[in-house]
Amino acid sequence: METRDLRLDGNAIGGLLLELFGVELTASACVCGSCGMQEYMACLDVYVNAPGVVVRCCHCDAVMLRIVRAGERTWLDLSGTRTLELG
Amino acid sequence: MRTLHLDADGWPGHRAGQHLDVRLTAEDGYQAERSYSIASAPDDGLAITVERLEDGEVSSYLVDEAQEGDRFEIRGPIGGYFVWDATDPGPLLLVAGGSGVVPLMAMIRHRAAAGSTTPTRLLYSSRSLDDVIYREELDELAGRGDGLEVFHTLTREQPEGWTGYSRRIDRELLEEVAWTASEGPKVFVCGSTRFVDAAADGLVELGYEPRSIRTERFGATGS
Repeated sequence: METRDLRLDGNAIGGLLLELFGVELTASACVCGSCGMQEYMACLDVYVNAPGVVVRCCHCDAVMLRIVRAGERTWLDLSGTRTLELG
Repeated sequence: MRTLHLDADGWPGHRAGQHLDVRLTAEDGYQAERSYSIASAPDDGLAITVERLEDGEVSSYLVDEAQEGDRFEIRGPIGGYFVWDATDPGPLLLVAGGSGVVPLMAMIRHRAAAGSTTPTRLLYSSRSLDDVIYREELDELAGRGDGLEVFHTLTREQPEGWTGYSRRIDRELLEEVAWTASEGPKVFVCGSTRFVDAAADGLVELGYEPRSIRTERFGATGS
């Protein structure tokens, strides 16, 4: 298996996002904080094999979102996302 | 491969193409969670088709061990992007690699249940004829003559006298099977990351707008 085989898409974390935000987000528009491109969450590159979940822009590869869970605690890093549409 | 019919308390119903998450909790509190596409049409119960993966923590339980009456936790329905409704206009192109056919089967079943005659083509890549999921049902649905066409390609092993395709999906194969981009089809591609990338790249080369191709990737399995 190669690294490129590990690249999933935003559909893969739809359940996690539903739990964190309380709304369906795979069809939501996200704007990359780095290149400014707008994309559906479902189209973003997602890596779930990292320590936590890493979401990268499918246009410029910048990290847009990181989610780390440990037990009952969750850390959410949205510093690479300019906007995220919530329903 | 196994299809499980779930009886979920408070399930709000689903749309064709959505998935759900199964969470198993061991006695010591260890949890494992995986996503599975819903195979059934909306308004026709809740079924998932699960492929058993080597060392699959959740799939080995679901395929080999789960008994009628077992209870486990599910979360869903999930997904608002990779969904199709029978009222959506235009021809429909479905491209499946291995068990990526499952959410597309939900669309095909939804189409049949709704009495839709939307022109629909399924291009379905499997390793061998034995690996083709829903084979008889697809044959039956395609035989109704209501606008559904099914094209199989077998990438590793073909039975004697096989008249279908026998190679991996590429631009040429897509050109033979797919609607032209100008016909404005809705497109759904589901399979492994490599499969989805190959199919989507091929369609873009044929003039499809990247944004018109809806894709869903899963881990490195399937065809």
